This record gives sequence, C-alpha cells and structure tokens, in this order.
Amino acid sequence: MENLIEIDNLSFSRSGRLIYDNISLRIQKGKTTAIMGPSGIGKTTMLRLMGGQLKPDSGDIKFKGESIPNMRRKRLFEVRRQMSMLFQSGALFTDMSVFDNIAFPLREHTNLTEDLINTVVQLKLQAVGLRGAAHLMPSELSGGMARRAALARAIALDPELIMYDEPFAGQDPISMGVLVKLIKALNDALKLTSVVVTHDVTEVLTIADYIYILAEKKIIGSGTPAEIKNSDSPLVQQFLQGLADGPVPFHYPAGDIRQAFLGSSL
Amino acid sequence: MNWLASIGALTIAKMGSFGRATLMLLGAIIAKPQFIKNTPLTIMQIYVVGVQSLLIIVVSGLFIGMVMALQGYTILVSYGAEGSLGPMVALSLLRELGPVVTALLFAGRAGSALTAEIGLMKTTEQLSSLEMMAVDPLRRIIAPRFWAGMISMPMLTLIFSAVGILGGHVVGVDWLGVDSGSYWSIMQATVDWDKDVMNGVIKSAVFGFVIVWIATYKGYDSIPTSEGISKATTQTVVYSSLAVLGLDFVLTALMFGIE
Ligand SMILES: Nc1ncnc2c1ncn2[C@@H]1O[C@H](COP(=O)(O)OP(=O)(O)O)[C@@H](O)[C@H]1O
Ligand SMILES: [Mg+2]
Repeated sequence: MENLIEIDNLSFSRSGRLIYDNISLRIQKGKTTAIMGPSGIGKTTMLRLMGGQLKPDSGDIKFKGESIPNMRRKRLFEVRRQMSMLFQSGALFTDMSVFDNIAFPLREHTNLTEDLINTVVQLKLQAVGLRGAAHLMPSELSGGMARRAALARAIALDPELIMYDEPFAGQDPISMGVLVKLIKALNDALKLTSVVVTHDVTEVLTIADYIYILAEKKIIGSGTPAEIKNSDSPLVQQFLQGLADGPVPFHYPAGDIRQAFLGSSL
Repeated sequence: MNWLASIGALTIAKMGSFGRATLMLLGAIIAKPQFIKNTPLTIMQIYVVGVQSLLIIVVSGLFIGMVMALQGYTILVSYGAEGSLGPMVALSLLRELGPVVTALLFAGRAGSALTAEIGLMKTTEQLSSLEMMAVDPLRRIIAPRFWAGMISMPMLTLIFSAVGILGGHVVGVDWLGVDSGSYWSIMQATVDWDKDVMNGVIKSAVFGFVIVWIATYKGYDSIPTSEGISKATTQTVVYSSLAVLGLDFVLTALMFGIE
C-alpha cells in the first residue's frame, strides 16, 4: 500500500514543552486516516507539521517521499497546492462572500476566466449543499454551514490530500451527520486522501480506514476501527469509553488536597 | 543580581521582537511586486485606513487651528503684531502640529484597527489558511495595509494642516477681525515650500511608516486569544505614540535645529 505521508521519529516541543516524543505514523493514499486524542494533546500541531507551518525538532515528515521540513519555501508553496486543510474554525475570510471565499484559491492559482470560476464555484457549492448561500457573508452562516463552505473552499483546487481539524467539534447532531456523510462522499468520489483529527469517537469509527490514538506525547494505539475497538490496552479503552479517570489521570498533577487546605500542620 | 538578569532577558526579548518585526517587514515589502494583484488591495486599504480617518482628522484640524488662532491672537495683539497670525498658525501646523497630531490620531484610529484586524485574522486561523492555500499572508495581508498607511499619512497630514489654517482664518479673521489680506499674504511670504511644507510631509511619511509597521507587526505577532489581541492593540497605540513623539524630536533637530 502506497503512503502519501510518512512521519518518522518525529519529536516536537513548543515553548520548551515536549509535545511529541519520537513518534512515527503513515497516511495511506486514498484512505481516511483518523488521528485521535484528548484536547491539547497536539492534534492541530500535527496537522501544521504536515503542512509545513511548523518544523519538527527532529525526525522527518515526507510527502510523496519528499521531506517537508527540508523544502525551500517556493517548493513548499507548490506542494501545498496539492494539500488542503479544513481549519477548526473554518477560517473563512470574513470580508468576502461565500462565493468569493471559494473563488479565492482559483483566482490566486489558476488563470481561469470568471465564467469558468463561476462554474467551478457553483459545482463545489452544490457538492456541499450551499449553492443557495453563495451570496451570504460568513457572519450570516450557522456553524455547520460555515464548515461546509470552508470544505467547499478546501476542495476548490481538487487537492490530493485534505486535512480536517476537528470537523465535528461543536456541531449539532444533524450537521454532524451531514459532515460525516460529506467527508465520506468526498473521499470516495474525488479519490482523496483524508486525515481527520478529532476526539469524537463514534463518528471516527464510522469513517476511518485506519486510526491512530495519541496520548502522553506518544501513539498509544493504532489499527483499523475493528482492531481499535478490540484493543486490550487500558489507555485505548479509557479513551474509547470516555472514562473520566484511568491511566490518563483526571487531575492535573497537584499536591495532596489535604495539604492545600490544612497547611503543613498535618 | 536578579534584576540584572531580568534586564538582560528583557533586552534579548526586545531584540528578538525587533528582529521578527524586521523580517516581517522585509517579507512584506521586499519581494517581486505584483502590481496587478496588489493595487486593488492597496486602494481598498487606503479607503479603510485613510478615507475612513478623514472625519476625525478634519474635525481635529479645524479645532486645533481655531484654538491656535485664539491663543496666538491674545499674545500677538499685545505687541500689535496680530498681522502675523497667519504665518504663526501656518508654521506651527505645517512643521509640528500637523504631522504630530495627525500621527497620534492615526495611531489611535487606524493603527489600533489594523492590529485588531490582523490579530483577529490570526485568531480565526485566516492567516494560517492563507499559508495553507500557498498564498503568502505577508504579501497578501500585510503589504497592502503597509503601503496604504504610508500613502495615507502624508495626505492626511496635509489635509489636517490645510483645514487648521482655514480654522485659524475663521477665528482670527472672521471673528477677531485680523485683516484677511495680511493673514494670507504674510503667510505666503513667510512659509517656505521646502523647509516648511516638505519637511512636514517627510515627517509625516516617517511617522506613517513607523505606525503601520508597529501596528501590522503587533497584529501579526499577537497571541491569538482575546487577551492577546487587546494587549496588542493597546501596545500599538502606546508604542506608536511614543515612537512618534521621540522621532519628532530627532527629526526636528535634524531639520530645523542645527544650521
Ligand atoms: N502558538 C503556540 N505557542 C505555544 N504553545 C502552543 C501554541 N499553540 C498551541 N500550543 C500548545 O501546544 C499544545 C498542543 O496544541 P494543539 O495542537 O492545538 O492541541 P489539540 O489540537 O490537540 O487540542 C497545547 O498544549 C497548546 O497549549
Ligand atoms: Mg486543535
């Protein structure tokens, strides 16, 4: 099986705090890979590393065999045209209509006439069910619609890789269902490779072909959804079942509470 | 010894920050110019930072000119020199008050807005998403705002001074009865194009440069949270006001001080 992205022995720290400690993972071409983990573990950071916005302290990230951290800026910009990222907030440009948002990458990177751009934008909007909302400004969209509009923009240039940063976070059940369906449909119809970063367990188990679970700076489990479900690792099970306490402690490291309340007299 | 260490740490932090600001500026303005793409963006920004600042500039200029005429008249009339009201108002405005007050107002009105806008773009991941779309946010977002500020400031300053001179006329001539002919003719005889008008324009261009640089950098470098943006916005106004006043002294010394 061909890998689109290969991450080897990656370590990364931010403001002196280690976020990844020597991890390796593979993103297979044409598949949907999920990266799961609790909030603040560094999932967004992982996507930024893949997109070349951050450089690892050590280790390598290869996109189609080419090392992203070692690319020159010009080459990196060329490579980024083949990838696309759906940001957690949608990141629509607030000073442009939905139509112009989706036309933006086309106007920047192609020489299409306005007629053709119009056609492409309508098609992309149709794919996410928002053709009627083309004239709206981002502030007039609901959360779910904004994310779909952002998705339309993300696929405007027909990328090979699309990275979703918590696509389901903060969505109502209906838009959640819509997004799950869309991600699946896009992956199948456009032969995309998808990376979905999330902490929503049930949704991921339905769309992912392969899952990595991150915790404590490491990958604590990986496999197909079936393998993950049957994993006997207590860490993985705690995460899947959403148990408050377990191998991942509920409490941020702190002293004994009796000490804090009663002073050192104890 | 702790305070020594913290002075050192502060110096290193400030130096690092200055270095990042310089890199940002170079990245934004030293690149192959893309006139076709960037001209409409710059014009749009001139509208936002320049045209939308016009009202506050015009109103302030008018009142400052009026106050100057009033103050100047009470002093000059005791020497019987109220005929010199025109040059007094014009010179103070063109050389000093025009550039400085416009710059302070510009920092408060346009500088803070630039910082907040860019900071919010960062918070809402718009800058990152430009990067991921292979569009350089320095050239797409920072550069047009930078040029717009540089172009707008001298124009706003000239408008401020012109309106101020008219305000001085309203008070000095129409109200206090200074002769209109002498208001204008002595002003024309005294004001020197290069020395007074152009020096004021140069000052304002320098102030404009510093303000938009600080404002865009503070937005671009802000910590992407609500506190981060509010802090960055405050810093823009404080730093650029101080920079304007400090630079004004240096520039005045260079231009008018040593003959
Ligand atoms: N710009 C930044 N500077 C310093 N630390 C950061 C920055 N962005 C995120 N972090 C830290 O890195 C860690 C991982 O963040 P992130 O990748 O956003 O987590 P996740 O997406 O999994 O919730 C967090 O603990 C966060 O505090
Ligand atoms: Mg995140």
